Amino acid sequence: MTLDLAQREAHWRKTRNLMVVHLVIWFIFSFVVHWFAAPLNNFSLFGWPLGYYMAAQGALAVFVIQLFFFNRQQHAIDLEFGVAEDE
Amino acid sequence: MGMQWEGKTFVENLPKIYGVYTGGFLAFFFLMAFFEQLGMGADTIGILFVAFTIGIYAFIGILSRTMAVEAYYVAGRSVPPVFNGMATAADWMSGASFVAMAGGIFMGGHGYMAFVVGWTGGYILVATLMAPYLRKFGCYTVPDFIGTRYGGKLTRFAAILVLVVASFTYVTAQITATGTIAARALQIPFAVGVWFGLAGILVCSMLGGMRAVTWTQVAQYIVLIIAYLIPIFWMSMAQGFGPLPQLMYGPAVERIMELEPVIGVGTLTAQESIRGLSTLTQLHATPREGAMAAWQFVTLVACMMIGTASLPHILMRYFTTPSVRAARNSVAWSLFFIFLLYFSAPALATFSKLQMIDPNLPTAIIGQPIEQVLALDWIQKWSAIGLLAIVDSNGDGILQINEFYLNPDIIVLATPEMAGLPYVISGLVAAGGMAAAMSTADGLLLAMANALSHDLYYKIIDPKAETRKRLLTARVLLIVIGAGGALVASMQLTGILGAVAWAFCFAMSGLFFPLVLGVWWKRANRQGALAGMLVGLFVGWWYLIAVRNPDAWYGISAPWLGLNDLRFGIVGITASLIAMVVVTLLTPAPDKETQAMVDEVRIPRGETIIPAKH
Repeated sequence: MTLDLAQREAHWRKTRNLMVVHLVIWFIFSFVVHWFAAPLNNFSLFGWPLGYYMAAQGALAVFVIQLFFFNRQQHAIDLEFGVAEDE
Repeated sequence: MGMQWEGKTFVENLPKIYGVYTGGFLAFFFLMAFFEQLGMGADTIGILFVAFTIGIYAFIGILSRTMAVEAYYVAGRSVPPVFNGMATAADWMSGASFVAMAGGIFMGGHGYMAFVVGWTGGYILVATLMAPYLRKFGCYTVPDFIGTRYGGKLTRFAAILVLVVASFTYVTAQITATGTIAARALQIPFAVGVWFGLAGILVCSMLGGMRAVTWTQVAQYIVLIIAYLIPIFWMSMAQGFGPLPQLMYGPAVERIMELEPVIGVGTLTAQESIRGLSTLTQLHATPREGAMAAWQFVTLVACMMIGTASLPHILMRYFTTPSVRAARNSVAWSLFFIFLLYFSAPALATFSKLQMIDPNLPTAIIGQPIEQVLALDWIQKWSAIGLLAIVDSNGDGILQINEFYLNPDIIVLATPEMAGLPYVISGLVAAGGMAAAMSTADGLLLAMANALSHDLYYKIIDPKAETRKRLLTARVLLIVIGAGGALVASMQLTGILGAVAWAFCFAMSGLFFPLVLGVWWKRANRQGALAGMLVGLFVGWWYLIAVRNPDAWYGISAPWLGLNDLRFGIVGITASLIAMVVVTLLTPAPDKETQAMVDEVRIPRGETIIPAKH
């Protein structure tokens, strides 16, 4: 299978943008929300102090859901450029 | 004829095989519960649990023996994503996660939850930056990727060095954990327990390599997750929090925050000092004040996450999937299976604490007459072995929060007893802890033995070695490294948690940027990678010993920016990045062939870079 240079670059550009988007979400839920844990604790979510909740469950749940989305999006990019594997 | 371990029929039968296995394990659990009612002793139940589960792992290990290179190193690249997810979760969750995490949260409060966040979010890095590309590469080991992408024996050797330093630090902690659990469950001395644990670990990995480790790790995941969740569900039902406590414990957190000022958490300090034990002084859900506390939280999170994405025993699990897409899916499943345990740990810590401090609950001990507390079974049992102590410092006959000393590791083990659950639960928890520690030790030992046999022996020392000789070397190395680990473990040099955090810091200091930039920066070259690995490893190493020995000639008087020994990876990885970028830019770009190789790695379709059966 041959793939011309422009196609390759376009595929990689999209892949890279997807990576950046997901790492921004990752950064927010890994670092930003925990930096502000104390003020967030003033809010309550189903009985949880929010800052505590984010560290105990919230961020973790975001990571899990995010990864399943990431896989679908990356696969769609691979299909678009015809570089997905044959099933 | 052995069993068929690859191919369509085997894969289709997997859910059935593990379904029967799970049913069998649950049946065993209920049988033990029944025997307990008939009067079987707690000791016998503990022994049966540990012996039965290790027997099954050994059985799988022996059945899946192999003499084929592809099966030995990468399980024939035939492990479906969901099952590889379970195996990775078991590989990942160590004795520390299983035994120490809930207790750490109990004592350390919000600050300790940096581990919970750090040990899950790292998989985002694994999925977006690493796993699919390493799978496309078609390597057997992590140094195999470094050695082929950058070229050169020295580069490969540097990768082996980082791998061994990080994994060996980690494996001694795991062998210590198996030894502790085996010693307690089987009632043998710790030093014997360590060697017994090692024997169990080797049976699982020696004959079948990655294939055997994969299928025992799936079995171990099932045991460990059942062992973690059953006590939580049971306790929650008993206390009226309903069947899904993980979703319902918010009010329990608020109740703890309400009680804390009343009983003096954070204001009353311990009057005595008892080795290995401490009193509760950290608030449960309120972070410590100030920017330094927040900085320490996020730096620990960063170390654990970047370390996750650099640890070879985790990355190599994604070499075993049938395709690049399967590798990616498998990372998501891994995180899901890990999530099941990690989002339960804070719930367990919360229930456990509320049971002790809420005066409205019958299990409360804080604020109760000391005489009554001392009469409780579980208090007597754990005091007898020195993991718990009660001292009436102010002599008022009432137990205050600063008069109750405990070792955090007992939270997971003692909470069911506190709630009055039967002994069969303790046996189950022992089997779960054993599964967690064994599966991680297996993965680590295999990562080291494979790197030394494939990369050092075959690729560097004797490239003409025949298959039989290569696999024999791999097995001998497994025994030698395992024995070395057990020897160091029996000396009990560091705590389990310290050793685990160091392993993450070593891995990130030496491997993160050479791996990531190998895919994401075409310009990265051999000299840069070599500088990145060696400078990162040694600067990180220096900082670790410098911060621990402030008075030595190489020491530093105070940690930089509050980065203590658990966070030395931040210093190492910064040095690694600077060294790699600067040296790469000062030396020529890699040749056309290497650049084309990077282009191929970036797309899923097509042959692997390294041909199969190399």
